[in-house]
Amino acid sequence: MNLNLQWTWFHRLGSPRWFYQKTQRWLPWLCLIMLSLLVVGLVWGLAFAPPDAKQGNSFRIIYLHVPASVVALAGYYLMAISGAVGLIWRIKLSYMLMRSAAPIGAALTFIALVTGAIWGKPTWGAYWVWDARITSMLILLFLYLGVMALRHAYSSNEAADKASAILGLVGMVNVPIIYKSVDWWQTLHQPATIKFTGAPSMHPDMFMPLVVMIVGFYTFYAVTLILFTRIEILRREYRASWVKQLVENNSAEK
Amino acid sequence: MHPIRKQRLQIVVLIVIASSLATALIVYMLGQNANYFFTPAQVLQGEAPKNVTIRAGGMVVEGSIERSSDSLDVSFLVTDGLADLTINYSGILPDLFAEGEAAIATGKLDGDKVLQASQVLAKHDENYTPPEVADAMKQAYELKQQEQYQSQEAKK
Repeated sequence: MNLNLQWTWFHRLGSPRWFYQKTQRWLPWLCLIMLSLLVVGLVWGLAFAPPDAKQGNSFRIIYLHVPASVVALAGYYLMAISGAVGLIWRIKLSYMLMRSAAPIGAALTFIALVTGAIWGKPTWGAYWVWDARITSMLILLFLYLGVMALRHAYSSNEAADKASAILGLVGMVNVPIIYKSVDWWQTLHQPATIKFTGAPSMHPDMFMPLVVMIVGFYTFYAVTLILFTRIEILRREYRASWVKQLVENNSAEK
Repeated sequence: MHPIRKQRLQIVVLIVIASSLATALIVYMLGQNANYFFTPAQVLQGEAPKNVTIRAGGMVVEGSIERSSDSLDVSFLVTDGLADLTINYSGILPDLFAEGEAAIATGKLDGDKVLQASQVLAKHDENYTPPEVADAMKQAYELKQQEQYQSQEAKK
């Protein structure tokens, strides 16, 4: 009995209605933080940070490339863990989060690949090479697209969610491979500039706007994930009385 | 935790472990085959096949770049600290190609273990520095070398 009590908060947290009502209040603040971080980071990085001694101004694409890549990798864990929570506890909201995280992650991975290609041409002399880092990042894009596509293979939401969650879990091993690929193999892509231990191999004047952009991209991720999940909640819970009430109130206002 | 959920948790953990293990084995078997290029030491030890298109790369040795006066032919040495490999190339080199920087060439090894390259790519390292800082570091390095030279001269 006591054991069951401890888990009730967890199930309450997983209520789509609770999520929908709470995020209504969070969203304006999150948007404000996101906009200020992205504007400050972009202006600082693109206009005020010093150019690189070797690359000149072309290095500035790092302010999009690195934040997009970092959040694409972290977002995969969020998607896979939401799927796992859905599999274990059968919480509807966590499946909705998983489903909403896939297109955002795919878009961020795509941004990372495209900005990398644009930077690669003037720096390396090639848009695309099949080294371990770039190939494993392409696999990440396919995993995201796979999770997105899998749900259309099933007519029922339940079966689609389970299959997507399992694909998400199987693909999880790719994330540490992407991260360590530049250390395990000889690659054209350079090793990490930002390290878990030790100072970044980047001048502080260039590094500070990058940190602002990374935090900005995380907030952007949070905002888009909340917006996508809210749509998903309405789409799946259209039979619930509180959703019907919401729609009626909205149409009455108009 | 409810026994059914515990069982599902075990299945989830099992999926993660099994897929990681399978991937780890694949990655381990791929091993050196997943390398994008051979190092000069690997090439000179005969690990790279001859007359097959391969990639080899390393740091471009200072003062080793020889350009032809009437064509785009260029020849240079790359090193990994253990061995030097000669690369011949004909064409325009990328902007970041320079002495002391890393480069990767695609081409075929000839009988003399010289790489006849059809493409040269510049490899950028993970360091980013503003020009003033890079200049200051270079000046400090040159000053230190000068001092060392002078102290050696003084000893003589």
